[in-house]
Amino acid sequence: MATLGVTGGAGEPGRPGAPVLAPVGGLPPPAAGVAGARSLRRMTRAVTSNRKATAGTLLLVLFCLVAAFPGVIARDDPNAEIYGRALGPSLQHLLGTTALKQDIFAQVVFGTRPVLLIAFGVGLGATVIATLIGVAAAYLGGAWDGALSLITDVLLVIPLFPLLIIIGSYLHGAGTGVMIAVITLTGWSYTARQLRAQALSLRSRDFLEAARVRGERSLYIIVVEIIPTMTSLLVASFLTNALYAVLFSSSLQFIGLGDPSVTSWGTMLYWAENNEAFQTGQALWIIVPGLCIVALGAGFALLNYAFDEIGNPALRPVRSMRGKRVKRPG
Amino acid sequence: MRFVLRRLGFFVLTLWAALTLNFFLPRLMPGNPALAAIGNHRGSLDPAALKVMEAQFGLGHQNIVSQYFSYLGDVATFKFGSSLTTQPGVSVGRIVLDAVPWTLGLVGLTTVLAFILGTGIGIVGAWRRGGRLDSVMPPVFVIMTVIPYFWLGLILILVFGVQLRWVPYFFSYDITLTPGLNLTFIGNVLQHAILPAFTLLITTIGTWILTMRNTMITTLAEDYVRMARAKGLPGQRIMLDYAARNAILPNLTGFAMSLGFVLGGAILIEEVFNYQGVGFLLLQAVNNTDYPLEQALFLLITVAVLVAILISDVATAILDPRTRGAS
Repeated sequence: MATLGVTGGAGEPGRPGAPVLAPVGGLPPPAAGVAGARSLRRMTRAVTSNRKATAGTLLLVLFCLVAAFPGVIARDDPNAEIYGRALGPSLQHLLGTTALKQDIFAQVVFGTRPVLLIAFGVGLGATVIATLIGVAAAYLGGAWDGALSLITDVLLVIPLFPLLIIIGSYLHGAGTGVMIAVITLTGWSYTARQLRAQALSLRSRDFLEAARVRGERSLYIIVVEIIPTMTSLLVASFLTNALYAVLFSSSLQFIGLGDPSVTSWGTMLYWAENNEAFQTGQALWIIVPGLCIVALGAGFALLNYAFDEIGNPALRPVRSMRGKRVKRPG
Repeated sequence: MRFVLRRLGFFVLTLWAALTLNFFLPRLMPGNPALAAIGNHRGSLDPAALKVMEAQFGLGHQNIVSQYFSYLGDVATFKFGSSLTTQPGVSVGRIVLDAVPWTLGLVGLTTVLAFILGTGIGIVGAWRRGGRLDSVMPPVFVIMTVIPYFWLGLILILVFGVQLRWVPYFFSYDITLTPGLNLTFIGNVLQHAILPAFTLLITTIGTWILTMRNTMITTLAEDYVRMARAKGLPGQRIMLDYAARNAILPNLTGFAMSLGFVLGGAILIEEVFNYQGVGFLLLQAVNNTDYPLEQALFLLITVAVLVAILISDVATAILDPRTRGAS
């Protein structure tokens, strides 16, 4: 693919207003045709040079490690109801025990995995559906575009959380898989709309025309030519959907619509509320799972905001935008 | 005019889609649990209400097409059946209407307050670009927008309710009082609204600040702003009359839309504080498997959003001439 990628040589806006010394490559403006691998590399560089991005990445890596090796960090069984009732924090029980005689620390540690599974499952699933529908609508055009856009727009305006509550009330205890499916199927519309707009802006560009003239099939053009130019939007979509999945699933679990036997931060809060943890002096039972939700959510949100800052020239400091445009062959 | 007509068409279409979704949801669920729930209460229900619910949930012997049309007819004439378990036998419409004012008061006023404060902070933050406020603001508010409402509510209850005992945190007024238009009662209602309103304010204000700040930054780079500076106009005038006035449009449309989300936007806050609004009622209905009440509430919340979107579309068309030509 040989197009000229206009790369904004402006630096990253880690500290707004600070003079930027070295031109660090930010994300290209969305319309520039750049091969996927290169914009991925650029993203990696962006992560290390933007402080919000670094913090977000560290948080996510930390939680991934906890989710992968919970047994190494907490030695107690999260489901065992064998300890003293409602104990305070001690060396045996770092965060104390619940009114149901379980170890709170073990529950928090083992509760990480279902939350991350839901976050990543929904993030990936919703992005895939949104990409298929958004790009197909833009590329096929005509009646297809009309129908797909209409479905997207209708789903976009239906209030999601009340809808999830209604669906949850019919399902009676949604486990991790059902949770992923339901949030994915209802939550893809916002991204699909963005991706459609992006794909539309690409439709008449030369490199796609070249591919068409070469006689490539539609599928090849969509997968190999169009989708790689959307890497930054796809990453943003993954992060946004993962964040909403964490918040929505925890909220559903908190009101008792999750599977109460799965140890997860949301279900911990459900049991804590039902056992009046505050009144019986077990504040940690409520504080710690909630803090974990906030920290994980912050990880996704900070990364997303950082990418937005890098990718959107408007948010960059005005000073660093002058006279630093570099044109180089892609 | 064509723009407004198009949006009106979309409104009707979405409304129809929401109604259809509402009609098919119970039928799509494994085992249609609504059938059993209604069947259990069959004897105690008013015959007219039962007829409405038969059509809505597929209980009777009619075929699905005639059920669908009689459901649409019922909704058009505001017949939603009666509650099964929450307030057995009472008409759903009655129960819902009792809850609406509480949510409108609490969530509506807080939304207005969050919009005004957030937009103001965003304007000042963008104007003093690179200042202390501006460099701290984005990360702090990014994190604040991811705090789950219900959890923050619980923490505030712990600190200000249970530990410090400064404010009440249960129900919307002291249940020993008789509701009435006197100062004691109104004061009591306001007192009970402090904690839930504060919770909502903290978690929603960040979005307003960040949107306003980001649009404002784009606007500040425009030539007419530079021109205003070159003319030597006072800073405050440039900030408010030149930049903010133009940058506020996305926030205004967002505001119109957020008014639609008032009814369904604070469900968990109402739950945590046992505040008897629409959201609290919805969760009560869910816990009691009171499907007719649930479905009616979902419909109400959806319609509120659709109406708000229509209003915001029309408002944008009036305020911003550029949208009128675009389709």
